[in-house]
Amino acid sequence: MSEYLKTADADWYKRRIIKVMFCAVGAFFILFIRLFYLQVIQGEELKRLSENNFIRLQSTDASRGLIFDRNGNLLVDNRPAFDLSIILKDAKPVERTIEKLSHYINVPPTEFMGKISPKKGISFYKPILLKQDIGRDALAAVEVRKFDLPGIIVDVKPRRHYLFEQSTAHLIGYLSEINSDELKSEKYSEYQSGDFIGKFGVEKAFEPFLRGKSGGRQVEVNVTGQIVKILKTVAAHPGQNVYLTIDHTLQNKAEALLKGVAGAVVAMDPETGHILVMANSPSFDQNAFVDGMSHEQWNALVSNPFRPMENKAVQGEYPPASTYKMVTAIAGLEDKIIDKTTIFKCPGHYKYGNRVYRCWKRGGHGNVDILKALAESCDVFFYQVGQKLGIDRLAWYAKAFGLGTPTGINLDHEASGLVPTSTWKRRRTGIAWQGGETLSVAIGQGYNLVTPLQMLVLTSAVANGGLRYKPLIMKSIETADGKTILKSKSQISGKLPASKQTLEIIKRGLWEVVNTQKGTGRIAYIEGVDVSGKTGTAQVVGRKDNNVQPESEISDHLKAHAWFVSYAPSIDPKIAVAVIIEHGEHGSSAAAPIAKEIIKTYLIKDPSSRMSKAN
Amino acid sequence: MLDRRFVKYFDWGLLGLTLLLGIVGLATLYSAVTSAAPSPQKTLYFKQLIWYCTGMAVMVISFLVNYKLIERWGYIIYLLCIVLLVYVLIYGKYVGGARRWIVLGPLSIQPSELVKIAIIISLAKYYSKAADTRGLTLRELFSPLILTAIPFILIVKQPDLGTAMLLVLIAGFMTVFVKIERRSLLFLLFSGALLVPLVWFLLKGYQKRRILTFFNPDSDPLGAGYHIIQSKIAIGSGIIFGKGYLKGTQNALSFLPEQHTDFIFSVLAEEWGFTGSAVLLFLFLMLIIYGLNVAYRCRDPFGIILSGGITAMIFWQIFINIGMAMGLMPVVGVPLPFISYGGSSIITMMICIGLLMNVSMRRFMME
Repeated sequence: MSEYLKTADADWYKRRIIKVMFCAVGAFFILFIRLFYLQVIQGEELKRLSENNFIRLQSTDASRGLIFDRNGNLLVDNRPAFDLSIILKDAKPVERTIEKLSHYINVPPTEFMGKISPKKGISFYKPILLKQDIGRDALAAVEVRKFDLPGIIVDVKPRRHYLFEQSTAHLIGYLSEINSDELKSEKYSEYQSGDFIGKFGVEKAFEPFLRGKSGGRQVEVNVTGQIVKILKTVAAHPGQNVYLTIDHTLQNKAEALLKGVAGAVVAMDPETGHILVMANSPSFDQNAFVDGMSHEQWNALVSNPFRPMENKAVQGEYPPASTYKMVTAIAGLEDKIIDKTTIFKCPGHYKYGNRVYRCWKRGGHGNVDILKALAESCDVFFYQVGQKLGIDRLAWYAKAFGLGTPTGINLDHEASGLVPTSTWKRRRTGIAWQGGETLSVAIGQGYNLVTPLQMLVLTSAVANGGLRYKPLIMKSIETADGKTILKSKSQISGKLPASKQTLEIIKRGLWEVVNTQKGTGRIAYIEGVDVSGKTGTAQVVGRKDNNVQPESEISDHLKAHAWFVSYAPSIDPKIAVAVIIEHGEHGSSAAAPIAKEIIKTYLIKDPSSRMSKAN
Repeated sequence: MLDRRFVKYFDWGLLGLTLLLGIVGLATLYSAVTSAAPSPQKTLYFKQLIWYCTGMAVMVISFLVNYKLIERWGYIIYLLCIVLLVYVLIYGKYVGGARRWIVLGPLSIQPSELVKIAIIISLAKYYSKAADTRGLTLRELFSPLILTAIPFILIVKQPDLGTAMLLVLIAGFMTVFVKIERRSLLFLLFSGALLVPLVWFLLKGYQKRRILTFFNPDSDPLGAGYHIIQSKIAIGSGIIFGKGYLKGTQNALSFLPEQHTDFIFSVLAEEWGFTGSAVLLFLFLMLIIYGLNVAYRCRDPFGIILSGGITAMIFWQIFINIGMAMGLMPVVGVPLPFISYGGSSIITMMICIGLLMNVSMRRFMME
């Protein structure tokens, strides 16, 4: 029976338990005294406070961070909006107050009652929102008759305002009210219903910086709801300001050039990855999302065949067409299938198996070396390079160039494009890869898909000597009082698998595209600035094979997409530009002039660029 | 085995007290969930009723199984609860900023509630072997420290500061109860005093703010500070006899936050006044004294320490919850035993009562 305690030990425990019991009684006595103090001594006073519940909370919204371009031009700010609310407890009688209110500001009383009735029980003392963002006239009408409208309160709230309607809309994005799914998610655990959050673009990507922290006041009010005393105040902290890498002047220029067509222009600094322009057409009005839009407005947006809500530069996937010849050329040179002196004869077509593959130039290019092939975009030359490389080798290069994966830009819904391989096709369709398909891929047609941003990063890498930069949209973030808290740093996401000599050949070829008589991008030539580039004409599905219709008879939606990727100056480049015009038909005529204007606008103000000469 | 002694030595007083508190709890909960005018949450009331019935069954089980067996399985029970705590951190349901619940169909359970019992059992098992009247040495304190630290850290991660703090208070009480050697105690106090500023220095800004609000609700006048004011108004406005059952205005107008869980005492105090609140305090004090009496009359160390630990847990929850509602304590989510809404809390309390009955009755069986 050793488990049982000896009497001495048992007594020892008993003494300790007695002590504990005294402590417990003492603790309960403290609770009892406090209870007595609250209910008996302070009871009457606290009861008075409870009867009208004189102590209320008012929240003050933080002002959201502003958005600037890279040069400090303001793009997005906040304007004061006046919200009308009612506190039922103070607005007695409610019906009469509502009647008067609707008379003064000309809104049917039923609209107000519809807002009140579902909340009647919940918030007798809490403000119920009647109407957001009333105009200045309505505000004056309410303020003048303040004493005739008990329980009606006007709150001034900061409201998002996009200064340039439709401009940079896809990059900046917009705010809108938080929905119930978002409220439940861990990411938004500190948000409340009715809060506005960034839903798209920079507004969403930098939400934690832009948001700020709301504050509020504890106030004591009198019977009619007027504030008698401010008990406690917590200041609201404004959000942080975001400086984009965008050049607003250049962005404006790009948007003006895109007017009336569907397409996108993206430009970046090839030495840093800073995105200078991201213009999409058609665009949308961001303010409509903040202020609320009608069903018709929304339907018009989503049913528009040119997809105004899509950031085509990042989300749009297109066949790269002849711009892809940069990839085929580098792959051929690096795998020693061709060298600088290799010559193929182009009679205007190429026979493979029992099929004939045409060059875009019916008469043919004659004897073609790599420089001429790039400058004049000879298809037959690249058919042969591609055929010798084989699809999987070509795909390996394309992937090493960053195609087929998102670039990692800090924006939602970035598309990854598609780099076809033989295994991909077997898995996808169950049919083995056909040799002829390699020929299409080699000139950028076939299954290939790229985004304009991917082509821009690739072109920049060729321009800067082989470094693929991650595209950046944020330059820096500052606190509201101007202290820089974050500066973005350039990040290299990969290197092109190309030797210096190979790149020199490619760059020479791209220079000839613009700067020689027969170059396909001749139209982008600028007096005094060396521009390099590559045109592309991406055939739209359905019109791919042996179509002999004259171009004028082809309906618009079957017309080819026009590409132009470029950089300038050719040596020591300062800007790279990618342009896609949907159904623009020819890269040379539809896309190249836009790139030219962008380069001109950007570089002509910068005198250092005029000195450089072609190699 | 079910002989006459079961009836004879059964602790009827403890059962009666429990039933009385259960009735008070259900009545108060009914007011808290129905008077809040806009959307009566009557389902919560019925859920609680079902939890009580389940709790009764659990109570019977934890009373029938000889507590000697529970002692033998002590560390296994502990391990199971730790597994649940880890599980909840990974797969638990995310509600209102924390991951505390494991969802099983219509039920959600809160493992941190069950952990409280597990830690009482395992510490009682350890101390009943290690402790004697000399007091514990530092080396003997190492294992209990680890036993407490593991669930503590896991619960802080959820985060559930209130329950984590409760664990420390329970373990602290049990350790001091079995006595620490004077030298060790001085050493602990000294190193604790040194450690606090060091930890404070390591905390991040928002963590510091959270702890400051915890101890000083006034520093958060729009959140905790406002809740305390409203709770004090509710309690005070009850005066001597209260506003009457189902007639509390603070409660009805939803001025009380979490009125069916954390602030349920305020609902009762508003409607029943000083008279009713004092009666509830008295009932609770009776329960504590009853629990200590079980320990007092027990003759084996495990039973003494187990019933002491259980009573301490019930005490701390009462003291912290009511203290908080009256503005004496930090604002933390600690449920009021038998009164607050919550299945896991009710089940835990019923297990506690079952264990107390278990120890109370078997003292006769050992003779």
